[in-house]
Amino acid sequence: MALPTEPPKPADRNDAGVPLSSLAPGRRATVVHVDASTPEGQRLQELGFLPETEIRVVRRAPLGDPIAFLLRGAQICLRRSEAARIRVREAEPDPDPGSGSGSGSGSGSKA
Amino acid sequence: MSTTAAIAPLRLGLVGSPNSGKTTLFNALTGLRAKVGNYPGVTVERREGSANFDGRQSVVIDLPGTYSLSPISPDEEVVVRVLDGELSDAPEALAVVADACTLERSLLMLAQILRREIPTCLVLTMTDEFQRRGGQIDIPRLERALGIPVLPVVGHRGIGIPQLRRLLAKPEDWSRPHLMPPEEIHARAGWVESILENVLTRRPGSSRKSDAADRIVLHPVIGPLLFAAVMVTFFQLIFAWAQPAMDFIDAGVALLGKTVHAQLPAGLFTDFLADGLIAGVGSVIIFLPQILLLFTLLYLLEDIGYMARAAFVIDRVMAKVGLEGRAFVSLLSSYACAVPGIMATRTIPSPRHRLVTILVAPLMTCSARLPVYALLIGAFVPAVRVAGPFGLQGLVLLGLYLAGSLTALLVASVLTRTVLREDAMPFYMELPPYRMPTARLLASQVGRSAWAFLRRAGTIILAVSIVLWCLLTFPRQPAPVGASPEEASRYAIEHSFAGRAGHAIEPLIEPLGFDWKIGIGLIASLAAREVIVSTLAQIYAASDQDTSLRASIQNDIDPRTGEKTFDPATVASLLVFFVFALQCMSTLAIMRRETNSWRWPVFAFSYLLALAYGASFATHHIVESLLR
Repeated sequence: MALPTEPPKPADRNDAGVPLSSLAPGRRATVVHVDASTPEGQRLQELGFLPETEIRVVRRAPLGDPIAFLLRGAQICLRRSEAARIRVREAEPDPDPGSGSGSGSGSGSKA
Repeated sequence: MSTTAAIAPLRLGLVGSPNSGKTTLFNALTGLRAKVGNYPGVTVERREGSANFDGRQSVVIDLPGTYSLSPISPDEEVVVRVLDGELSDAPEALAVVADACTLERSLLMLAQILRREIPTCLVLTMTDEFQRRGGQIDIPRLERALGIPVLPVVGHRGIGIPQLRRLLAKPEDWSRPHLMPPEEIHARAGWVESILENVLTRRPGSSRKSDAADRIVLHPVIGPLLFAAVMVTFFQLIFAWAQPAMDFIDAGVALLGKTVHAQLPAGLFTDFLADGLIAGVGSVIIFLPQILLLFTLLYLLEDIGYMARAAFVIDRVMAKVGLEGRAFVSLLSSYACAVPGIMATRTIPSPRHRLVTILVAPLMTCSARLPVYALLIGAFVPAVRVAGPFGLQGLVLLGLYLAGSLTALLVASVLTRTVLREDAMPFYMELPPYRMPTARLLASQVGRSAWAFLRRAGTIILAVSIVLWCLLTFPRQPAPVGASPEEASRYAIEHSFAGRAGHAIEPLIEPLGFDWKIGIGLIASLAAREVIVSTLAQIYAASDQDTSLRASIQNDIDPRTGEKTFDPATVASLLVFFVFALQCMSTLAIMRRETNSWRWPVFAFSYLLALAYGASFATHHIVESLLR
């Protein structure tokens, strides 16, 4: 279906992930797959939404949409409909979700 | 060798993402001597500035901010086409400007740029912020890994700028990458990752101050309240603060005109100078107070970092009509005047959102409609209390404001679902960290916008006002003997081209309840809506606009029917006409500038005229049948 095949991801082949839009603020996740069949999807990739990228959901706008994400040191906001194109694997809940300092942000994981 | 350098200046391109500090760097390198224009065929602003790097004459090209060289917006396409040398001579060297705090993302684009094999260097900005946030980077190692020169700077404090100038003087000496980075996005991301692994010895944390501020600014309850407070203040400042300056300009232009009339012998030349030229120049500079104020506030909020937050808060609402958060400020500004409002759409990156916002901005009730509304409501709507402090006159005025605003939202949602449905762009927006604005950057941004207005729209406005003056003046016919100055003036206007046109369009506007006198007023009000008031005053030979014009139009009898010219149906119809019609050449001129073609101003004028005609027609008939 999608043109670029999913990059090396040997561990969980059947894990298609959940849409990024479904995550609550404060949660962290790792990108599994971005639907790049449209220019919009390709742009999300150019913005840094790429497999293995770590993302933190920062907050929702007061009216619920759009949603702000922290990735690669920058805060980017997307509408829920755009964020739904990004499938992620949710990380274990943060032990101290209140801190919000984000000192561990960035895509530290190695292939 | 030095002679060839002196003949052909070095062309240096600045490439970088929005918020990377590119504009600050451009100003630091070129001073404030930027040449602003448009790229041929596109609406994207073109900025070039000359600079002297260690004795080498150079032209610095400030390319539009972009996140990628795979273009999806016109702005980004311009970057690619400039690099290809399609729009101008291709730059001979590139400085890629990257915010050190978001280096990872910037390197994704740098990889694409390095593949083009133009001499390239990397300029890291915001390095002070980077360090404050705990980041550590090994610059020599980054240089070796990329194979190109890397230079850290703090643009707004001038740190690193002398070194940068020295570097930019000799792109021939820059090292080139040994290996070309991959093209495919996933491979590119791997390339970035492998470089940064060894170079970014500590990644910067998120900005604590910004995070703390955002917890308040974007708070579910405080956020919207703060947004409302900022917007009300913004609106109030544009609406109220500009007024004294505008009155001052108005009075100054009037005084100058009077002085010319008094000092020079009466005649055509004097009339032209005072009523054509000076008044025409006046109609251009009258916009400057609002434009300067608007852009000062706009860029201040933008430079601080609030603008993106405001758009974040209101986006949900604007999305309902197919627009986006950043359109809100533009539409709000249009309540003061559509000209600055349309100029404010430049902050909207999606060309489609931007165009729709431009097309509906004239429907917001601008301040030029107020004199028209005031005259008609004051003369024909009884000043009775309706409920509590609310009078009928105020409620009618409110109704007119609401009619315009709701129609704007309706038209926007129709346009985004029909003609402008194609080329949808994803909505994405960066929320940059809050930053201290600098006066120098602010001044250059505001000055650039004001200058662009004067040069691009001002010239059209001036030309059209002079043409309109000619239409209202020629052919000149001597007034009947013994006529008072007011009667002579009325006689002249009735027999002018515009007067004849007023008569000629009478059959067209009769279904709306308008006679030829209103017809002349409508033609003259193309200069600016409020001009209909002074034109009617001239036609009714009223000496004082406020009282006797009001009395004149209240008592005017249509000779054919024997009934009042301004009956309730006609008044309602005329008010409705002014809610919708794009009776404003300045708005058309600024639309022409901002969309770079006459196509959209013509479209806007036509659809708004059709809307105005239809609504006035309906209003006239409904009111007439209600009263019968």
